Amino acid sequence: MTFSPELEARFEKFLAKYPADRKRSAVIPMLIYAQDEVGSITQELIEEVARRTGVTPLQVDEVVGFYSMLHKKPQGRYHVQVCTNISCLLVGGEELWDKACRKLGIGHKQTTADGRISLEEVECMGACSWAPAVQVNYDFYHDVTPEQLDRLLDGLAAGKRPEDIAEVKKVSC
Amino acid sequence: MPYNAPSPLEVKVLTRRFGLPNSHMIETYLANDGYKAFEKALGMSQDDIINEVKASGLRGRGGAGFPTGMKWSFVPRQAPKPKYIVVNADESEPGTCKDRLLIEYDPHQLIEGCLIAGLAVGAQQGYIYIRGEYRYLIEHMDRALEEACARGYLGDNILGRGIKFHLATHSGAGAYECGEESALLESLEGKRGNPRIRPPFPAVAGCYQSPTILNNVETFCAVPPIILQGGAYFAGLGTPKNGGTRLFCLSGHVNKPGVYELPMGFNLLRMINEVGGGVRGGKKLKAVIPGGSSCPVLRADECDVAMDYDSVAAIKSMLGSGGVVVMDEDTDMVRAALRIMRFYAHESCGWCIPCREGTTWLRKLLQRLDEGHGTSSDIDLVNDLSKNMLGRTFCPLGDAAAMPTISFVEKFRDEFEAKIAKSARPAERLVTV
Repeated sequence: MTFSPELEARFEKFLAKYPADRKRSAVIPMLIYAQDEVGSITQELIEEVARRTGVTPLQVDEVVGFYSMLHKKPQGRYHVQVCTNISCLLVGGEELWDKACRKLGIGHKQTTADGRISLEEVECMGACSWAPAVQVNYDFYHDVTPEQLDRLLDGLAAGKRPEDIAEVKKVSC
Repeated sequence: MPYNAPSPLEVKVLTRRFGLPNSHMIETYLANDGYKAFEKALGMSQDDIINEVKASGLRGRGGAGFPTGMKWSFVPRQAPKPKYIVVNADESEPGTCKDRLLIEYDPHQLIEGCLIAGLAVGAQQGYIYIRGEYRYLIEHMDRALEEACARGYLGDNILGRGIKFHLATHSGAGAYECGEESALLESLEGKRGNPRIRPPFPAVAGCYQSPTILNNVETFCAVPPIILQGGAYFAGLGTPKNGGTRLFCLSGHVNKPGVYELPMGFNLLRMINEVGGGVRGGKKLKAVIPGGSSCPVLRADECDVAMDYDSVAAIKSMLGSGGVVVMDEDTDMVRAALRIMRFYAHESCGWCIPCREGTTWLRKLLQRLDEGHGTSSDIDLVNDLSKNMLGRTFCPLGDAAAMPTISFVEKFRDEFEAKIAKSARPAERLVTV
């Protein structure tokens, strides 16, 4: 399996972080970064990561099943994650979630027909003091109002990068 | 700046560089006492470092509140195996969002804390386990590590003193369970995040079964100020046996939610009213979760309490991870209890049956109660099931699910009863769950 030169360089760095006889430690970082490039965790990817870290494909597969961010099904180009855990719940997280589902006509872990947006109701993402919070791929949006969510989803549906929506407080260094 | 404005009541020790221009860069850090504690520690013996941390009264900021200096002293320094430093930056306790800021605004303080811990036990390698959702922080931390390497604070020959210490980030991939120290170590080794049986504790058999210091981000960040200004100084900021300040994350129904660094023992009502600007919309306070969703909820009349480990424990809750979740008079406590249980049911790793089955059935029962199809005996069953989970699992996740649930049911039983009474369909008692 071939990856981009950037990902190959990253893999090399990952494998160098751990003792020579502990390459297995790189399994999770390799999977999550490879997933971003490949689109999902494929059987081919599982076998490749297993080969490079010196474990069996089954040992990689059981890891994939455990972690909620690893997925075998491709997600939308924009993966919209709405937190409804306690701090977000208290200030409108559930309303945001309902609104997103209604607007897109999809539910938890589903993707729009054009493959552009997927939706996930997620657990606490560590933005409790700036709730309710939404994450699009790896970008955080804080203090999101229903109107802002509306605009955000409209932008994503039109294929605009979420960076274009300046009204929502956004964190990405 | 996307975060909250500081409060005049804050005592800024760990966060004192927050808000400085480019506070995350090594130049800013070095211009503001950066790496001076490490240089001081280079002249101290291992016992001196550990004793200073002991004298500071620093207790683990991840939630358990175990004395940090004592934890460090358990590491068998003479053991032939390599020693490891592991930072728990898997911040996932609902209500908690402080470690994020410590890494974002002052990553070098964390690096320096790790370096000093490395000196204290003779470790040459450390890992910072950052939750996968914090991708921007992983890359941010990597840049800080590169800066520290370039300036000779990390590497094979630190500051030309012949000391070796390497530090690397490690990405998680979405699992609350990996915030538990033994599960984190499994995950760091590339496995499913199931907890290990203890003892042996990580101090003896942690990372790669070697002696390991494993602490929360905030705990390591407190170490440079402790070494630089002395354990006694840090201890004096807090209350007896509860040294220093801590970062409290105010969320929920307050006017000014945010992360504030306050002295240990700060009164909870003052925190809500004076730091947080009071309950939103002029409403009355109903309840507060004092330290993240795993902690038993406090009724408004219990909130006149000093926020330190012992005072909160005395009223049968926990200081936890510093996540203070404020709920106003209109909060639906049944719904809150259900949402919290949905979280634990989702995050239970399935290793221990009381937790796996317990959280699943509690979620179903609470769902039924929330929808108005429950019965009075369901409320008793929730309480009974929760109590039977306590202490019956490898890791504290089972307890973390049970303890708040018991408190919700026992302190707000009238709300559970009211939902049953309000149900328009009392005959539908046999709704399947």
